[in-house]
Amino acid sequence: MKLTRRVLTATALATGLVAGSAIAQDDPFTVGFIHVGSTGDMGWTFTHDQGRIALDEHFGDAVETVVAESVAEGADAERVMTQMILGGADMIVATSFGFGPAVNAVAGRFPDVYFEHATGYLREHPNVSTYDARFYEGRAVMGHIAGHMTESNIIGYIASYPIPSVIQGINSAYLHATQVNPDVEFRVIWANTWFDPAIEADAAQALIDEGADVIFQHTDSTAPHAVAQEAGAFAFGQANDMSQFAPAPRISAIVDNWGPYYIERAQAAMDGTWEQTAAWQGLSEDRILIGEISEAVPEEVRASAMALRDSIASGEYHPFTGPINQQDGTPWLAEGETPEDGPLAGMGFFVEGLTVELGN
Amino acid sequence: MLIDPVTLVVALIIASTPVLLAAIGELVVEKTGVLNLGVEGMMIVGAVTGFIVAVETGSVTLAYLAGMAGGMVLSALFAILTQVLLSNQVATGLALTLFGIGLAALLGVGYPGSTPPRVPDIFPQALQDIPIAGPILFGHSAMIYLAVMLVATVWYVLQHTRTGLILRAVGESHDAAHALGYKVIRIRILAILFGGACAGLGGAFLSVARVQNWIEGMTVGAGWIALALVVFASWKPWRVLFGAYLFGGISALQLRLQAAEVNVPVALLDSSPYVVTIIVLVLISSDRARAALNAPASLGKVFHASG
Repeated sequence: MKLTRRVLTATALATGLVAGSAIAQDDPFTVGFIHVGSTGDMGWTFTHDQGRIALDEHFGDAVETVVAESVAEGADAERVMTQMILGGADMIVATSFGFGPAVNAVAGRFPDVYFEHATGYLREHPNVSTYDARFYEGRAVMGHIAGHMTESNIIGYIASYPIPSVIQGINSAYLHATQVNPDVEFRVIWANTWFDPAIEADAAQALIDEGADVIFQHTDSTAPHAVAQEAGAFAFGQANDMSQFAPAPRISAIVDNWGPYYIERAQAAMDGTWEQTAAWQGLSEDRILIGEISEAVPEEVRASAMALRDSIASGEYHPFTGPINQQDGTPWLAEGETPEDGPLAGMGFFVEGLTVELGN
Repeated sequence: MLIDPVTLVVALIIASTPVLLAAIGELVVEKTGVLNLGVEGMMIVGAVTGFIVAVETGSVTLAYLAGMAGGMVLSALFAILTQVLLSNQVATGLALTLFGIGLAALLGVGYPGSTPPRVPDIFPQALQDIPIAGPILFGHSAMIYLAVMLVATVWYVLQHTRTGLILRAVGESHDAAHALGYKVIRIRILAILFGGACAGLGGAFLSVARVQNWIEGMTVGAGWIALALVVFASWKPWRVLFGAYLFGGISALQLRLQAAEVNVPVALLDSSPYVVTIIVLVLISSDRARAALNAPASLGKVFHASG
């Protein structure tokens, strides 16, 4: 675990000072970030760190941020958070699902500190909020593109763990790929890791050897892109734009955009208007962005994909709109019906047509 | 759909090579009686130095040399601490891994996402196009063949040369070797440097050829698998090769079984490389009397000339 303290240099202040100048002078509002991975992963943790940098730049002197990377989920996380708070942190941002119990344990001991927990669901104390993004909305757009781009009609999907956000992603991508290309088949590999470049590369190779020519990934490294490049297959950026692989194999991306959320929450805490929330935002709030669709994708597909994106962002279309059956054929949504957020957030089944089984 | 055996074999050979390189180096180190648990750290430093040089110079050969140098520098630290300052090998090795991971992260800042040069295949396309044998035997970059040649060389040197005899003597009884006039410390330091170079090379192969990117923490335990392989292979070079290919093979196979939608529980598939490799290597080394003979008798023991 590395603990680094970043204090902004005077030159970076010019724009930011206006926002929080009232408290800027003596005691900056300190936000401590703890990550399970490293900020150099070019994926999940990297995008959270980009959010932190945006926070820093927005408030200038008024906000100071502290980062702890590669913190194990569990007791060690409690220790790190406690240490940060004793060191003056006024807000803790924990960016991994597994930090949940530790966040709530520490929150109970420090009722005056604000806690923001990414992708969590435990809010045992009034000073704990959770936040998440509707990644499945982005997957719908990627699925649309993939359905158009595949020639073998086999689409590969490197999945991490069978948890709701991954299952939503597979379902959403599949529904929108089959919408434009009913012959599409999905092949899913459970990598059972969020981050292991070697396994991710092997999994991509295995899918390509099985005939897949478009690869999805719900793991964090760019390794599948390097494999796809060699094989002439297509892939999508995950969490981060991964634009170094554009225009091919990377033909688009789902980009996480946490900065505005962090700015909003820090502002609320400084203003005294912070309230417990369970934010679940998507394309309409720009919590996720669609990475530029590259010129490897035909013009009309780019246009239809962006039209799909816009209709989701405007609220006009929900990626899960009935009729949709569950994998075993039982009806889930009737014609025109859309799911409530509660059950959707806990999604634990695949939709009809998918042949993948729940790992474990 | 059936699994295509040709692509499976190709995948397993590539997947196994980083671990194989690290393991064969560690085998030599352990044969001289030194236990270096820092393989993971040396691998990842090799991965980052190799990748940096690949990006900066565009030369794959220089990248591999840089990976070897990176691993060697780290192993030199281990050699000084354990051989000159007589520190505990287990603790020093573990510290070396932690240090290596941190150092690599520091060195690699700014490099994730850079594009390394393409690693060339060495055989002409005509040979690679031969059905079945082409992709398996001729479809790889030079390092794959060098790794196998390295195993053969290590086996030959250890088993059939005077140098090998001296190396083994130092590992079996450093006091006896010392009494015979062999420079125990010097021989061990050289072995440790060789091990570091091999681990660094394995790391460089991983970042430059296999993943073609530098990502922090990218070895994710490959060094530990290499260490385990040496023990399960009962310190025999060809068994290290067999173990590495078996481990890589089952890993590649389980991913393919998933892709082909064969109905086997994922948890079982996922653990299979570890389980199968351990079972097989335990079985082939099940003659306990002979297996015990293979473990270097002075493994992990501190040597001091006055003792």
